[in-house]
Amino acid sequence: MAVVFQKTKMLTDTPFHYCPGCTHGIAHRLVAECLEELGAEGKCVGVAPVGCAVFAYNYFNCDMQEASHGRAPAVATGIKRVAPENLVFAYQGDGDLASIGMAEIVHAAMRGEKITVIFINNTIYGMTGGQMAPTTLIGEKATTCIYGRDPEKNGNPVKMCEMLATLTGPAYIERVALFDAAHVRAAKKAIKKAFTYQKENKGFTFIEVLSSCPTNWGMAPEQAIQFVKNEMQAFYPLGVYKDTEVKD
Amino acid sequence: MKELMKGNEAIAEAAIRGGCRAFFGYPITPQNEIPEYMSWRLFEVGGTFVQAESEVASINMIYGACGAGARAMTSSSSPGISLMQEGISYICCAEIPCVLVNMVRGGPGLGGIQPAQGDYFQATKGGGHGDYHMIVFGPQGVQECVDLMYNAFDLAEKYRIPVMMLGDGMLGQIMEPVELPPMKDVSKLEKKAWATDGTGVGKNRRIVNSLLIEPDKLEAHIKHLEEKYAEIAKNETLYEEYMTDDAEIVLTAYGTVARIGKSAVHMLREKGIKAGLLRPITLYPFPSDAFLKTAQKDSVKKFVCMELSSGQMIEDVKLATHMLKPVEFFGRNGGNVMTPEDIVDFITKEA
Repeated sequence: MAVVFQKTKMLTDTPFHYCPGCTHGIAHRLVAECLEELGAEGKCVGVAPVGCAVFAYNYFNCDMQEASHGRAPAVATGIKRVAPENLVFAYQGDGDLASIGMAEIVHAAMRGEKITVIFINNTIYGMTGGQMAPTTLIGEKATTCIYGRDPEKNGNPVKMCEMLATLTGPAYIERVALFDAAHVRAAKKAIKKAFTYQKENKGFTFIEVLSSCPTNWGMAPEQAIQFVKNEMQAFYPLGVYKDTEVKD
Repeated sequence: MKELMKGNEAIAEAAIRGGCRAFFGYPITPQNEIPEYMSWRLFEVGGTFVQAESEVASINMIYGACGAGARAMTSSSSPGISLMQEGISYICCAEIPCVLVNMVRGGPGLGGIQPAQGDYFQATKGGGHGDYHMIVFGPQGVQECVDLMYNAFDLAEKYRIPVMMLGDGMLGQIMEPVELPPMKDVSKLEKKAWATDGTGVGKNRRIVNSLLIEPDKLEAHIKHLEEKYAEIAKNETLYEEYMTDDAEIVLTAYGTVARIGKSAVHMLREKGIKAGLLRPITLYPFPSDAFLKTAQKDSVKKFVCMELSSGQMIEDVKLATHMLKPVEFFGRNGGNVMTPEDIVDFITKEA
Protein backbone atom coordinates (compact mmCIF):
# COMPACT_ATOMS: atom_id res chain seq x y z
CA MET A 1 0.00 0.00 0.00
CA ALA A 2 1.32 3.43 -0.86
CA VAL A 3 2.05 5.80 2.02
CA VAL A 4 0.12 9.01 1.36
CA PHE A 5 0.90 10.75 4.62
CA GLN A 6 3.26 10.23 7.52
CA LYS A 7 4.36 12.15 10.57
CA THR A 8 7.41 14.32 10.02
CA LYS A 9 10.65 12.65 11.00
CA MET A 10 11.62 15.76 12.96
CA LEU A 11 9.17 14.70 15.67
CA THR A 12 9.93 11.73 17.91
CA ASP A 13 7.34 9.00 18.57
CA THR A 14 6.76 10.24 22.14
CA PRO A 15 3.04 11.05 22.58
CA PHE A 16 2.33 14.73 23.38
CA HIS A 17 1.22 15.41 26.97
CA TYR A 18 -0.91 18.41 25.95
CA CYS A 19 -4.58 18.79 26.91
CA PRO A 20 -7.33 18.13 24.35
CA GLY A 21 -8.02 21.30 22.37
CA CYS A 22 -4.62 22.85 23.09
CA THR A 23 -2.78 23.88 19.93
CA HIS A 24 0.79 23.31 21.18
CA GLY A 25 0.72 19.97 19.33
CA ILE A 26 -0.09 21.63 16.00
CA ALA A 27 2.60 24.26 16.56
CA HIS A 28 5.16 21.54 17.33
CA ARG A 29 4.27 19.70 14.18
CA LEU A 30 4.53 22.81 12.01
CA VAL A 31 7.97 23.66 13.40
CA ALA A 32 9.14 20.07 12.87
CA GLU A 33 7.77 19.91 9.32
CA CYS A 34 9.54 23.15 8.41
CA LEU A 35 12.84 21.87 9.84
CA GLU A 36 12.51 18.69 7.80
CA GLU A 37 11.60 20.52 4.60
CA LEU A 38 14.61 22.82 5.03
CA GLY A 39 16.93 19.83 5.42
CA ALA A 40 17.81 20.67 9.02
CA GLU A 41 17.91 17.07 10.23
CA GLY A 42 21.19 16.70 12.10
CA LYS A 43 21.83 20.42 11.72
CA CYS A 44 19.66 22.08 14.34
CA VAL A 45 19.29 22.66 18.06
CA GLY A 46 16.08 23.58 19.88
CA VAL A 47 15.56 25.25 23.22
CA ALA A 48 12.57 24.32 25.39
CA PRO A 49 11.04 26.79 27.88
CA VAL A 50 9.54 26.52 31.35
CA GLY A 51 5.79 26.22 31.04
CA CYS A 52 3.49 23.78 29.28
CA ALA A 53 6.09 23.15 26.58
CA VAL A 54 8.77 22.26 29.14
CA PHE A 55 8.87 18.70 27.77
CA ALA A 56 9.34 19.88 24.18
CA TYR A 57 12.79 18.30 24.37
CA ASN A 58 11.05 14.92 24.33
CA TYR A 59 9.18 15.71 21.11
CA PHE A 60 11.59 17.35 18.66
CA ASN A 61 13.88 14.88 16.96
CA CYS A 62 17.02 16.98 17.30
CA ASP A 63 19.51 18.07 19.93
CA MET A 64 17.66 20.06 22.59
CA GLN A 65 18.43 22.18 25.62
CA GLU A 66 15.99 22.91 28.43
CA ALA A 67 16.34 26.53 29.56
CA SER A 68 15.43 28.13 32.87
CA HIS A 69 12.28 30.26 32.99
CA GLY A 70 12.42 33.04 30.40
CA ARG A 71 16.04 32.54 29.38
CA ALA A 72 15.57 30.54 26.18
CA PRO A 73 16.73 33.43 23.92
CA ALA A 74 19.96 33.76 25.96
CA VAL A 75 20.54 30.00 25.84
CA ALA A 76 19.83 30.02 22.09
CA THR A 77 22.27 32.93 21.69
CA GLY A 78 25.01 30.85 23.31
CA ILE A 79 24.22 27.83 21.14
CA LYS A 80 24.10 29.81 17.89
CA ARG A 81 27.21 31.90 18.54
CA VAL A 82 29.46 28.88 19.01
CA ALA A 83 28.00 26.88 16.09
CA PRO A 84 26.46 29.32 13.58
CA GLU A 85 26.02 26.57 10.97
CA ASN A 86 23.08 25.11 12.93
CA LEU A 87 19.48 26.29 12.76
CA VAL A 88 18.64 27.27 16.34
CA PHE A 89 15.14 27.84 17.67
CA ALA A 90 13.60 28.73 21.01
CA TYR A 91 10.02 27.69 21.74
CA GLN A 92 8.40 29.79 24.48
CA GLY A 93 5.05 30.59 26.03
CA ASP A 94 3.73 34.02 27.02
CA GLY A 95 4.64 33.95 30.71
CA ASP A 96 8.10 32.69 29.86
CA LEU A 97 8.76 35.12 27.02
CA ALA A 98 6.75 38.26 27.78
CA SER A 99 7.00 38.35 31.58
CA ILE A 100 10.04 36.82 33.25
CA GLY A 101 11.97 36.63 30.00
CA MET A 102 11.17 40.09 28.63
CA ALA A 103 14.78 41.30 28.88
CA GLU A 104 16.20 38.25 27.10
CA ILE A 105 13.75 38.34 24.17
CA VAL A 106 14.11 42.09 23.62
CA HIS A 107 17.91 41.99 23.73
CA ALA A 108 18.23 38.90 21.54
CA ALA A 109 16.02 40.76 19.02
CA MET A 110 17.99 44.00 19.42
CA ARG A 111 21.30 42.25 18.80
CA GLY A 112 19.78 40.58 15.78
CA GLU A 113 20.75 37.10 16.95
CA LYS A 114 20.29 34.72 14.06
CA ILE A 115 17.81 32.50 15.85
CA THR A 116 14.10 31.76 15.38
CA VAL A 117 11.74 32.23 18.30
CA ILE A 118 8.33 30.54 18.27
CA PHE A 119 6.14 32.43 20.72
CA ILE A 120 2.99 30.61 21.87
CA ASN A 121 0.49 33.20 23.13
CA ASN A 122 -2.51 31.65 24.90
CA THR A 123 -3.02 34.59 27.29
CA ILE A 124 -2.52 32.49 30.43
CA TYR A 125 -0.05 30.58 32.61
CA GLY A 126 -1.01 27.03 31.70
CA MET A 127 1.42 24.79 33.56
CA THR A 128 1.00 26.52 36.93
CA GLY A 129 -2.79 26.44 36.75
CA GLY A 130 -4.26 29.47 35.01
CA GLN A 131 -2.73 32.60 36.52
CA MET A 132 -2.84 35.94 34.70
CA ALA A 133 -0.23 36.31 31.96
CA PRO A 134 1.27 39.51 30.54
CA THR A 135 -0.90 38.79 27.49
CA THR A 136 -4.20 38.17 29.34
CA LEU A 137 -6.90 40.26 27.69
CA ILE A 138 -8.72 43.04 29.52
CA GLY A 139 -11.77 41.42 31.15
CA GLU A 140 -10.39 37.89 30.77
CA LYS A 141 -10.55 35.82 33.94
CA ALA A 142 -7.57 34.09 35.51
CA THR A 143 -6.87 32.62 38.95
CA THR A 144 -5.01 35.79 39.97
CA CYS A 145 -7.69 38.12 38.52
CA ILE A 146 -10.88 36.19 39.21
CA TYR A 147 -13.24 39.01 38.19
CA GLY A 148 -11.42 39.56 34.91
CA ARG A 149 -8.29 41.57 34.15
CA ASP A 150 -8.75 45.16 35.26
CA PRO A 151 -6.08 47.51 33.93
CA GLU A 152 -6.29 49.63 37.08
CA LYS A 153 -5.48 46.67 39.31
CA ASN A 154 -3.69 44.26 36.99
CA GLY A 155 -2.02 46.41 34.35
CA ASN A 156 -2.35 46.10 30.61
CA PRO A 157 -1.52 43.31 28.16
CA VAL A 158 1.52 43.51 25.89
CA LYS A 159 1.70 43.12 22.11
CA MET A 160 5.05 41.49 21.47
CA CYS A 161 5.13 41.57 17.66
CA GLU A 162 4.31 45.28 17.57
CA MET A 163 6.94 46.03 20.21
CA LEU A 164 9.76 43.97 18.68
CA ALA A 165 8.99 45.38 15.22
CA THR A 166 10.28 48.78 16.39
CA LEU A 167 13.79 47.30 16.68
CA THR A 168 16.49 47.17 14.00
CA GLY A 169 17.71 43.63 14.78
CA PRO A 170 14.73 41.53 13.67
CA ALA A 171 14.54 40.38 10.04
CA TYR A 172 11.10 38.81 10.18
CA ILE A 173 8.16 39.10 12.60
CA GLU A 174 4.70 37.68 11.99
CA ARG A 175 1.67 36.83 14.12
CA VAL A 176 -0.30 33.76 13.09
CA ALA A 177 -3.14 31.67 14.53
CA LEU A 178 -4.25 28.04 14.43
CA PHE A 179 -8.05 28.25 14.62
CA ASP A 180 -8.78 26.69 11.22
CA ALA A 181 -7.03 24.77 8.45
CA ALA A 182 -6.34 27.82 6.32
CA HIS A 183 -4.66 29.59 9.22
CA VAL A 184 -2.66 26.48 10.11
CA ARG A 185 -1.33 26.47 6.55
CA ALA A 186 -0.52 30.18 6.77
CA ALA A 187 1.23 29.63 10.10
CA LYS A 188 3.43 26.96 8.55
CA LYS A 189 4.36 29.31 5.73
CA ALA A 190 5.37 31.97 8.27
CA ILE A 191 7.47 29.55 10.34
CA LYS A 192 9.20 28.28 7.22
CA LYS A 193 9.97 31.82 6.15
CA ALA A 194 11.46 32.57 9.56
CA PHE A 195 13.75 29.53 9.41
CA THR A 196 14.67 30.36 5.82
CA TYR A 197 15.69 33.87 6.86
CA GLN A 198 17.78 32.40 9.67
CA LYS A 199 19.43 30.03 7.22
CA GLU A 200 20.24 33.01 5.01
CA ASN A 201 21.76 34.89 7.99
CA LYS A 202 19.25 37.72 7.66
CA GLY A 203 18.78 38.29 11.40
CA PHE A 204 16.45 37.59 14.27
CA THR A 205 13.12 35.96 13.38
CA PHE A 206 9.99 35.78 15.51
CA ILE A 207 6.66 34.04 14.99
CA GLU A 208 3.86 34.66 17.49
CA VAL A 209 1.26 31.89 17.44
CA LEU A 210 -2.16 32.63 18.96
CA SER A 211 -2.97 29.43 20.78
CA SER A 212 -5.77 27.98 22.92
CA CYS A 213 -5.97 26.82 26.54
CA PRO A 214 -9.39 25.21 27.05
CA THR A 215 -8.35 23.72 30.41
CA ASN A 216 -7.45 26.99 32.09
CA TRP A 217 -9.96 29.10 30.19
CA GLY A 218 -12.70 26.72 31.42
CA MET A 219 -13.99 26.16 27.88
CA ALA A 220 -14.74 23.23 25.62
CA PRO A 221 -12.13 22.86 22.84
CA GLU A 222 -14.45 24.22 20.13
CA GLN A 223 -15.40 27.18 22.34
CA ALA A 224 -11.71 27.84 22.97
CA ILE A 225 -10.97 27.88 19.25
CA GLN A 226 -13.74 30.44 18.82
CA PHE A 227 -12.20 32.55 21.61
CA VAL A 228 -8.91 32.67 19.72
CA LYS A 229 -10.70 33.56 16.49
CA ASN A 230 -12.96 36.25 17.94
CA GLU A 231 -11.53 37.69 21.17
CA MET A 232 -7.79 37.17 20.82
CA GLN A 233 -7.55 38.05 17.16
CA ALA A 234 -9.34 41.34 17.79
CA PHE A 235 -6.65 42.49 20.22
CA TYR A 236 -3.73 40.66 18.60
CA PRO A 237 -4.18 41.24 14.84
CA LEU A 238 -2.59 38.67 12.56
CA GLY A 239 -0.06 39.71 9.98
CA VAL A 240 3.54 40.49 9.10
CA TYR A 241 5.00 43.14 11.41
CA LYS A 242 8.49 43.18 9.99
CA ASP A 243 10.09 41.81 6.85
CA THR A 244 13.47 43.25 5.91
CA GLU A 245 13.16 41.76 2.42
CA VAL A 246 10.10 43.85 1.56
CA LYS A 247 11.07 47.42 0.77
CA ASP A 248 8.40 50.07 1.20
CA MET B 1 60.02 35.25 29.18
CA LYS B 2 58.01 36.95 31.87
CA GLU B 3 55.57 39.73 31.11
CA LEU B 4 54.17 42.34 33.46
CA MET B 5 50.40 41.88 33.46
CA LYS B 6 47.39 43.01 35.40
CA GLY B 7 45.57 40.16 37.15
CA ASN B 8 42.36 40.51 35.17
CA GLU B 9 44.13 40.62 31.79
CA ALA B 10 46.41 37.72 32.69
CA ILE B 11 43.36 35.63 33.60
CA ALA B 12 41.73 36.47 30.28
CA GLU B 13 44.83 35.59 28.25
CA ALA B 14 45.39 32.37 30.21
CA ALA B 15 41.77 31.37 29.56
CA ILE B 16 42.25 31.85 25.82
CA ARG B 17 45.48 29.88 25.86
CA GLY B 18 43.62 27.19 27.80
CA GLY B 19 41.07 26.93 24.99
CA CYS B 20 38.38 29.49 25.81
CA ARG B 21 36.64 30.56 22.57
CA ALA B 22 33.56 32.39 23.84
CA PHE B 23 32.85 34.96 26.51
CA PHE B 24 29.48 36.26 27.68
CA GLY B 25 29.45 38.94 30.36
CA TYR B 26 28.11 42.15 31.80
CA PRO B 27 30.14 45.08 33.13
CA ILE B 28 30.80 45.36 36.87
CA THR B 29 33.72 46.73 38.87
CA PRO B 30 36.36 45.43 39.68
CA GLN B 31 36.57 42.86 36.86
CA ASN B 32 35.93 44.98 33.73
CA GLU B 33 39.37 44.39 32.26
CA ILE B 34 38.40 40.75 31.65
CA PRO B 35 35.46 41.43 29.26
CA GLU B 36 37.32 44.39 27.77
CA TYR B 37 40.29 42.19 26.92
CA MET B 38 38.08 39.35 25.68
CA SER B 39 36.03 41.68 23.46
CA TRP B 40 38.93 42.08 20.99
CA ARG B 41 41.21 39.17 21.81
CA LEU B 42 38.65 36.39 21.22
CA PHE B 43 38.00 37.51 17.65
CA GLU B 44 41.75 37.23 16.94
CA VAL B 45 41.59 33.51 17.75
CA GLY B 46 38.32 32.78 15.91
CA GLY B 47 36.15 32.98 19.01
CA THR B 48 33.10 35.01 19.92
CA PHE B 49 32.16 37.64 22.50
CA VAL B 50 28.77 38.96 23.56
CA GLN B 51 28.18 41.79 25.98
CA ALA B 52 24.96 40.47 27.48
CA GLU B 53 22.05 42.52 28.79
CA SER B 54 22.58 41.23 32.34
CA GLU B 55 24.40 38.63 34.39
CA VAL B 56 21.21 36.58 34.25
CA ALA B 57 21.51 36.44 30.47
CA SER B 58 25.29 35.91 30.60
CA ILE B 59 25.10 32.73 32.64
CA ASN B 60 22.33 31.39 30.41
CA MET B 61 24.44 32.09 27.32
CA ILE B 62 27.16 30.06 29.04
CA TYR B 63 24.57 27.30 29.59
CA GLY B 64 23.78 27.31 25.86
CA ALA B 65 27.33 27.63 24.54
CA CYS B 66 28.96 25.14 26.91
CA GLY B 67 25.95 22.84 26.58
CA ALA B 68 26.69 22.88 22.85
CA GLY B 69 30.25 21.77 23.63
CA ALA B 70 32.19 25.04 23.43
CA ARG B 71 34.75 26.29 25.90
CA ALA B 72 33.11 29.45 27.20
CA MET B 73 33.43 31.56 30.31
CA THR B 74 32.00 34.55 32.10
CA SER B 75 33.35 36.81 34.78
CA SER B 76 31.71 39.13 37.24
CA SER B 77 31.92 40.44 40.77
CA SER B 78 29.82 39.70 43.83
CA PRO B 79 26.40 41.31 43.05
CA GLY B 80 26.63 40.02 39.49
CA ILE B 81 27.52 36.53 40.67
CA SER B 82 24.47 36.62 42.94
CA LEU B 83 22.34 37.23 39.84
CA MET B 84 23.90 34.18 38.19
CA GLN B 85 23.06 31.76 40.98
CA GLU B 86 19.92 30.34 39.38
CA GLY B 87 21.82 29.65 36.18
CA ILE B 88 24.74 28.08 38.06
CA SER B 89 22.31 25.73 39.82
CA TYR B 90 20.87 24.65 36.44
CA ILE B 91 24.38 24.26 34.99
CA CYS B 92 25.47 22.06 37.90
CA CYS B 93 22.38 19.86 37.61
CA ALA B 94 22.75 19.57 33.83
CA GLU B 95 26.49 18.89 34.33
CA ILE B 96 27.70 21.53 31.91
CA PRO B 97 31.43 22.26 32.16
CA CYS B 98 32.29 25.96 32.18
CA VAL B 99 34.58 28.48 33.86
CA LEU B 100 33.42 31.39 35.99
CA VAL B 101 35.46 34.19 37.55
CA ASN B 102 34.33 36.12 40.62
CA MET B 103 36.53 39.09 41.49
CA VAL B 104 34.94 39.53 44.89
CA ARG B 105 34.07 42.98 46.20
CA GLY B 106 32.58 44.11 49.49
CA GLY B 107 29.00 43.18 50.29
CA PRO B 108 26.23 42.62 51.23
CA GLY B 109 24.09 44.62 48.85
CA LEU B 110 25.80 47.00 46.50
CA GLY B 111 28.51 46.99 49.17
CA GLY B 112 31.73 48.48 47.88
CA ILE B 113 34.23 47.95 45.11
CA GLN B 114 37.28 47.15 47.25
CA PRO B 115 38.67 43.63 47.84
CA ALA B 116 36.67 41.24 50.02
CA GLN B 117 36.13 37.55 50.64
CA GLY B 118 32.50 37.60 51.69
CA ASP B 119 31.40 35.29 48.87
CA TYR B 120 33.14 32.21 50.30
CA PHE B 121 29.91 30.61 51.51
CA GLN B 122 28.15 31.36 48.22
CA ALA B 123 30.99 29.90 46.15
CA THR B 124 31.75 26.79 48.18
CA LYS B 125 28.37 25.74 49.57
CA GLY B 126 26.38 25.88 46.34
CA GLY B 127 25.05 29.42 46.23
CA GLY B 128 21.84 28.76 44.37
CA HIS B 129 19.00 26.37 45.14
CA GLY B 130 19.43 22.64 45.56
CA ASP B 131 22.30 20.29 46.41
CA TYR B 132 25.37 21.04 44.34
CA HIS B 133 28.95 22.27 44.36
CA MET B 134 31.49 23.68 41.95
CA ILE B 135 35.26 23.39 41.98
CA VAL B 136 36.46 26.67 43.51
CA PHE B 137 40.01 28.00 43.35
CA GLY B 138 41.36 30.76 45.58
CA PRO B 139 44.52 31.90 43.77
CA GLN B 140 47.03 34.01 45.71
CA GLY B 141 48.66 35.89 42.86
CA VAL B 142 48.65 36.64 39.16
CA GLN B 143 50.91 33.70 38.21
CA GLU B 144 48.74 31.27 40.12
CA CYS B 145 45.65 32.74 38.39
CA VAL B 146 47.32 32.00 35.07
CA ASP B 147 48.38 28.48 36.01
CA LEU B 148 44.99 27.49 37.41
CA MET B 149 43.01 29.17 34.63
CA TYR B 150 45.13 27.52 31.93
CA ASN B 151 43.89 24.06 32.96
CA ALA B 152 40.48 25.09 34.28
CA PHE B 153 38.62 24.04 31.13
CA ASP B 154 40.30 20.61 31.10
CA LEU B 155 39.30 20.13 34.71
CA ALA B 156 35.74 21.37 34.14
CA GLU B 157 35.30 19.00 31.20
CA LYS B 158 36.88 16.04 33.00
CA TYR B 159 34.14 16.16 35.63
CA ARG B 160 31.43 18.10 33.73
CA ILE B 161 31.31 20.77 36.42
CA PRO B 162 31.80 24.55 36.60
CA VAL B 163 35.17 25.77 37.84
CA MET B 164 35.11 29.10 39.66
CA MET B 165 38.13 31.33 40.18
CA LEU B 166 37.40 33.15 43.42
CA GLY B 167 39.66 36.18 43.34
CA ASP B 168 39.19 39.60 44.83
CA GLY B 169 39.41 43.19 43.70
CA MET B 170 43.08 43.35 44.61
CA LEU B 171 44.04 40.27 42.61
CA GLY B 172 42.26 41.62 39.54
CA GLN B 173 44.00 44.98 39.72
CA ILE B 174 47.59 44.21 40.76
CA MET B 175 50.31 43.93 38.14
CA GLU B 176 52.88 41.17 38.47
CA PRO B 177 55.39 39.47 36.19
CA VAL B 178 53.91 36.28 34.76
CA GLU B 179 55.06 33.43 32.57
CA LEU B 180 52.32 32.68 30.04
CA PRO B 181 51.87 29.11 28.83
CA PRO B 182 51.62 28.18 25.11
CA MET B 183 48.30 28.18 23.23
CA LYS B 184 46.43 24.87 23.47
CA ASP B 185 45.28 23.46 20.14
CA VAL B 186 41.50 23.51 20.46
CA SER B 187 41.06 21.58 17.21
CA LYS B 188 42.59 18.55 18.93
CA LEU B 189 40.12 18.54 21.81
CA GLU B 190 37.97 15.45 22.13
CA LYS B 191 34.39 15.80 20.90
CA LYS B 192 31.84 15.75 23.69
CA ALA B 193 29.35 12.96 23.08
CA TRP B 194 26.75 14.56 25.36
CA ALA B 195 26.88 18.09 23.86
CA THR B 196 24.15 19.53 21.62
CA ASP B 197 26.33 20.22 18.59
CA GLY B 198 23.32 19.95 16.28
CA THR B 199 24.10 16.55 14.77
CA GLY B 200 21.89 14.51 17.09
CA VAL B 201 18.97 12.59 15.54
CA GLY B 202 16.83 9.76 16.92
CA LYS B 203 18.53 7.69 19.58
CA ASN B 204 21.69 9.76 19.21
CA ARG B 205 20.11 13.09 19.99
CA ARG B 206 21.40 14.91 23.05
CA ILE B 207 19.31 16.67 25.68
CA VAL B 208 20.89 19.20 28.02
CA ASN B 209 18.46 19.39 30.89
CA SER B 210 18.08 19.90 34.62
CA LEU B 211 14.46 18.74 34.96
CA LEU B 212 14.12 15.32 36.60
CA ILE B 213 10.51 15.27 37.59
CA GLU B 214 10.39 11.71 38.97
CA PRO B 215 11.65 11.67 42.59
CA ASP B 216 13.65 8.47 42.20
CA LYS B 217 15.42 9.79 39.12
CA LEU B 218 16.26 13.09 40.79
CA GLU B 219 17.51 11.32 43.91
CA ALA B 220 19.67 9.01 41.79
CA HIS B 221 21.07 12.00 39.92
CA ILE B 222 21.94 13.83 43.15
CA LYS B 223 23.61 10.65 44.37
CA HIS B 224 25.64 10.61 41.16
CA LEU B 225 26.66 14.23 41.77
CA GLU B 226 27.72 13.37 45.33
CA GLU B 227 29.91 10.57 44.04
CA LYS B 228 31.44 12.98 41.55
CA TYR B 229 32.28 15.49 44.31
CA ALA B 230 33.90 12.70 46.34
CA GLU B 231 36.01 11.75 43.32
CA ILE B 232 37.03 15.39 42.82
CA ALA B 233 37.96 15.69 46.51
CA LYS B 234 40.14 12.61 46.17
CA ASN B 235 41.93 13.73 43.00
CA GLU B 236 41.94 17.50 42.79
CA THR B 237 42.37 18.96 46.28
CA LEU B 238 45.19 21.50 46.38
CA TYR B 239 46.85 23.33 49.26
CA GLU B 240 50.16 24.83 50.25
CA GLU B 241 52.03 24.29 53.53
CA TYR B 242 54.28 27.22 54.32
CA MET B 243 56.78 26.78 57.14
CA THR B 244 54.36 24.56 59.03
CA ASP B 245 56.91 21.81 59.88
CA ASP B 246 57.75 23.14 63.33
CA ALA B 247 54.94 25.72 63.59
CA GLU B 248 53.15 26.26 66.87
CA ILE B 249 50.78 28.86 65.50
CA VAL B 250 49.29 27.93 62.14
CA LEU B 251 47.88 30.84 60.22
CA THR B 252 45.38 29.97 57.54
CA ALA B 253 44.05 32.09 54.71
CA TYR B 254 43.34 31.89 51.00
CA GLY B 255 43.94 34.20 48.08
CA THR B 256 45.71 37.51 48.53
CA VAL B 257 45.29 37.32 52.33
CA ALA B 258 47.53 34.25 52.36
CA ARG B 259 50.37 36.33 50.90
CA ILE B 260 49.96 38.93 53.62
CA GLY B 261 49.95 36.03 56.06
CA LYS B 262 53.25 34.73 54.69
CA SER B 263 54.89 38.09 55.39
CA ALA B 264 53.46 37.90 58.91
CA VAL B 265 54.93 34.41 59.34
CA HIS B 266 58.43 35.82 58.71
CA MET B 267 57.89 38.77 61.03
CA LEU B 268 56.62 36.46 63.77
CA ARG B 269 59.59 34.14 63.41
CA GLU B 270 61.93 37.12 63.75
CA LYS B 271 60.25 37.70 67.10
CA GLY B 272 60.88 34.07 68.05
CA ILE B 273 57.30 32.91 67.50
CA LYS B 274 57.12 29.70 65.50
CA ALA B 275 54.45 30.52 62.97
CA GLY B 276 53.50 28.81 59.71
CA LEU B 277 50.70 29.05 57.19
CA LEU B 278 48.35 26.49 55.68
CA ARG B 279 46.77 27.77 52.50
CA PRO B 280 43.84 26.07 50.74
CA ILE B 281 44.19 26.49 46.97
CA THR B 282 40.96 24.61 46.24
CA LEU B 283 38.29 26.10 48.49
CA TYR B 284 35.97 23.39 47.23
CA PRO B 285 37.01 20.64 47.67
CA PHE B 286 38.39 21.93 50.96
CA PRO B 287 41.72 20.35 51.97
CA SER B 288 40.24 18.83 55.13
CA ASP B 289 42.81 16.04 55.49
CA ALA B 290 45.72 18.50 55.50
CA PHE B 291 43.99 20.51 58.24
CA LEU B 292 43.27 17.44 60.34
CA LYS B 293 46.84 16.18 60.04
CA THR B 294 48.15 19.59 61.06
CA ALA B 295 45.76 19.77 64.01
CA GLN B 296 46.92 16.34 65.16
CA LYS B 297 50.55 17.47 65.42
CA ASP B 298 51.67 17.91 69.04
CA SER B 299 53.68 20.99 68.07
CA VAL B 300 50.61 22.88 66.86
CA LYS B 301 49.00 24.97 69.59
CA LYS B 302 46.35 26.86 67.66
CA PHE B 303 45.07 28.03 64.30
CA VAL B 304 44.41 31.62 63.32
CA CYS B 305 42.03 31.97 60.38
CA MET B 306 42.34 35.25 58.51
CA GLU B 307 39.71 36.45 56.09
CA LEU B 308 38.36 39.60 54.48
CA SER B 309 34.93 38.77 55.89
CA SER B 310 33.18 38.26 59.20
CA GLY B 311 34.44 34.67 59.19
CA GLN B 312 33.30 32.14 56.64
CA MET B 313 36.16 29.76 55.82
CA ILE B 314 36.70 29.43 59.58
CA GLU B 315 33.68 27.12 59.68
CA ASP B 316 35.42 24.69 57.32
CA VAL B 317 38.63 24.99 59.33
CA LYS B 318 36.77 24.11 62.52
CA LEU B 319 35.03 21.17 60.87
CA ALA B 320 38.22 19.88 59.25
CA THR B 321 40.35 20.13 62.40
CA HIS B 322 37.62 18.52 64.54
CA MET B 323 38.39 21.45 66.88
CA LEU B 324 41.38 19.51 68.20
CA LYS B 325 43.12 22.85 68.64
CA PRO B 326 41.60 26.31 69.17
CA VAL B 327 40.72 28.20 65.99
CA GLU B 328 40.87 31.98 66.35
CA PHE B 329 39.64 34.51 63.84
CA PHE B 330 41.21 37.68 62.56
CA GLY B 331 39.34 39.51 59.84
CA ARG B 332 38.84 42.84 58.18
CA ASN B 333 35.77 43.78 56.23
CA GLY B 334 34.16 46.34 53.99
CA GLY B 335 37.04 46.44 51.53
CA ASN B 336 39.72 47.03 54.16
CA VAL B 337 42.75 44.77 53.96
CA MET B 338 44.90 43.81 56.95
CA THR B 339 48.66 44.40 56.90
CA PRO B 340 51.26 41.88 58.05
CA GLU B 341 51.80 44.15 61.08
CA ASP B 342 48.09 43.89 61.97
CA ILE B 343 48.40 40.10 61.99
CA VAL B 344 51.57 40.22 64.10
CA ASP B 345 49.84 42.57 66.56
CA PHE B 346 46.83 40.28 66.78
CA ILE B 347 48.97 37.23 67.49
CA THR B 348 51.40 38.83 69.91
CA LYS B 349 48.51 40.36 71.89
CA GLU B 350 46.85 36.96 72.07
CA ALA B 351 50.10 35.26 73.08
